[in-house]
Amino acid sequence: MKFTHKLGAIIWKDFISEIRTKEMILSMCLFSFLVLVIFNFAFGSSANLDRKMIAGILWVAFVFSGLTGFGRSFSMERDLGTLQGLILCPISPWTIFLAKLIGVFLFTTVMEIITLFIFTILYNATVLPFIVPLGLIAFLGTMGFTAIGTLFSAISATARARNVILPILFFPISVPVIVASVKATEIILNGKSLQMVFPWLKILVAFDLIFLLVSYLTFEYILEE
Amino acid sequence: MKYAQTLLIPFQLLTFVMMLLALYTIFIYAPVEKTMGVIQKIFYIHVPTAFLAYMAFFITFIASILYLYRKDSIWDTVAHCAVETGVIFCTIVLITGSIWAKPIWNVWWTWDPRLTTTLILWFTYVAYLMLGRVVKENQRANLAAVFGIIGFINVPITFFSIRLWRTIHPVVITGSGFNMSWPMKFSLIITLIAFCFLFFSMLISKIRLERLKKCVEEIKEIMETGI
Amino acid sequence: MNPEPYIEARGLVKKFGYKTALRNVDIILAEGDSLALFGPNGAGKSTLIQVLCSLLQPTSGSVRIAGFDVRGDREALHQIVGLIGHQTFLYPHLTAHENLKFFGAMYGVARLSARISEVLDLVGLGDHRNDAVKNFSRGMQQRLSIGRAIIHNPMIMFLDEPFTGLDQQGREDFIKLILHFREQGKTVIMASHHLHLGLELCNRAAILKSGKIVYLQDTARISKNDFKQIYSQQVGENALQLKVA
Repeated sequence: MKFTHKLGAIIWKDFISEIRTKEMILSMCLFSFLVLVIFNFAFGSSANLDRKMIAGILWVAFVFSGLTGFGRSFSMERDLGTLQGLILCPISPWTIFLAKLIGVFLFTTVMEIITLFIFTILYNATVLPFIVPLGLIAFLGTMGFTAIGTLFSAISATARARNVILPILFFPISVPVIVASVKATEIILNGKSLQMVFPWLKILVAFDLIFLLVSYLTFEYILEE
Repeated sequence: MKYAQTLLIPFQLLTFVMMLLALYTIFIYAPVEKTMGVIQKIFYIHVPTAFLAYMAFFITFIASILYLYRKDSIWDTVAHCAVETGVIFCTIVLITGSIWAKPIWNVWWTWDPRLTTTLILWFTYVAYLMLGRVVKENQRANLAAVFGIIGFINVPITFFSIRLWRTIHPVVITGSGFNMSWPMKFSLIITLIAFCFLFFSMLISKIRLERLKKCVEEIKEIMETGI
Repeated sequence: MNPEPYIEARGLVKKFGYKTALRNVDIILAEGDSLALFGPNGAGKSTLIQVLCSLLQPTSGSVRIAGFDVRGDREALHQIVGLIGHQTFLYPHLTAHENLKFFGAMYGVARLSARISEVLDLVGLGDHRNDAVKNFSRGMQQRLSIGRAIIHNPMIMFLDEPFTGLDQQGREDFIKLILHFREQGKTVIMASHHLHLGLELCNRAAILKSGKIVYLQDTARISKNDFKQIYSQQVGENALQLKVA
């Protein structure tokens, strides 16, 4: 009971701060919009693109834009000097991580919905008939990469070249999530049934569970000084 | 510590002898393969270094867990030195793999599961080393240990996800045994043992060097503050 | 009879890499004691306070606060500890009321709305409850930080140069608050450059130099002038930093 109350308090606090500044959500959406546009210049007009590529483009937009988002989740607390105040509260470090993760996940989901909308316009893609399986893939995939992104954001928060080290840590570890999400999305957009993406979904679920477990076991060491 | 020091020199001499033996085995003893020719012999370097590149990261994984559990800095040193040694071996795997692949498959690189996973491993190693350089010293050991654990767990997951994606790596070690003649198998065993000696020789030397560095720094600090 | 030690640090060592910030520090305080911690900049006062409230982990040695080990029962320890330090820990885009509401929720404070009003009045920010903290002056932020630190009525107060940024009125109000803490039987550890205030407000005083406690005494047993002399002796030319007024 107390746990959810405190978890909720942190999420509420981040939510209010974000509503007032809109820093994270605006930069994330703008960035993903830019990525989609640049890919159009890189690969030519949308008529030539087959569905393999558009699944990839969509996820590159999600992940790169997500990176700018979760980079801020812990670095902002460090910059404001409030992270120690949070650690000083009677709360386990993993609760802090979980609260940050949920916040980042929600903001990233909003960004993804907006990105998907822009994507269907710019690339004339039909997405609506597949929205439910796509939603499931996006949920599992986003949970995966926001989990590692938030974890590494905490790790790199005190580092010198913070903006450089985060992608370097993030990308090797996010390979399974990206591969599985892109492949699953591609299969779905090709009109195949949800059945065919089960192996990929299994990988995503395994990844999510394993990394949530690892974060649970190790997060206190990340905050410890 | 004293025991270890007296054992180290004979161990390193033995490593030297083993490596000479390995060179002899590769260039003179091992038969030339029918279809691939002389280039196939790079296999005797490629396979042992691949095995050790993964073994090194496994050592980092165990050492990282032990460090977080016991907070003894020796484990942090072991983890870090294993990464430094492992990244060298990993680089050798990737380069020898490419050199072997070009005449055989006519490509410098393929995105098959084993190669790709090894490439990701290489990136993970490099990320680990960079992390150690940019974070604050009092947190470095903790953060490196956490990354070491995450990085290692990621390896099998990456392998399975890419294998689900595609595969064309030649299957040498099948379920029923090696597809190789006896002299070749024997050569592989010799080189494998020699490279293991090389790896542990390098690892132990590095660990010793790090510990000595630490001692020097501590003595310096005591002298500076006069306490 | 020696009362059960309430704050107990034995052989406390804190290293940052190769640099040692605290060397074999021993501190024993009973419940209700108050300690004034003096020392030049870089002596390790902030580090010591951060280790005692478990924001930093000791490299070696043991630290027990109110029976809790700083290496272990951190959540329980945090519930009874308050820190006013260099950082205000306040969220700039939230209002004063929202900041206190957040920390109140984190500490599980009962009847939160009433307590928030009480605290805001206590620190003199009742009129600014709905103003965003980013618009506050340094003094107002320090006041709100004090409010944040006491909202859960902690039994142990750690103060790291708490008078910084406060104007004359603020300082007087805060002195009253510290005396109030003492009346309530709270244990207080205060790092400060204010010799006079420190010796007035606390019943024990210590001098920290290069991470070692070089002097520790009950304030009742020594006059201010004698203390100042001892400080100059121990710390040398850094005596200029001490505010005697």
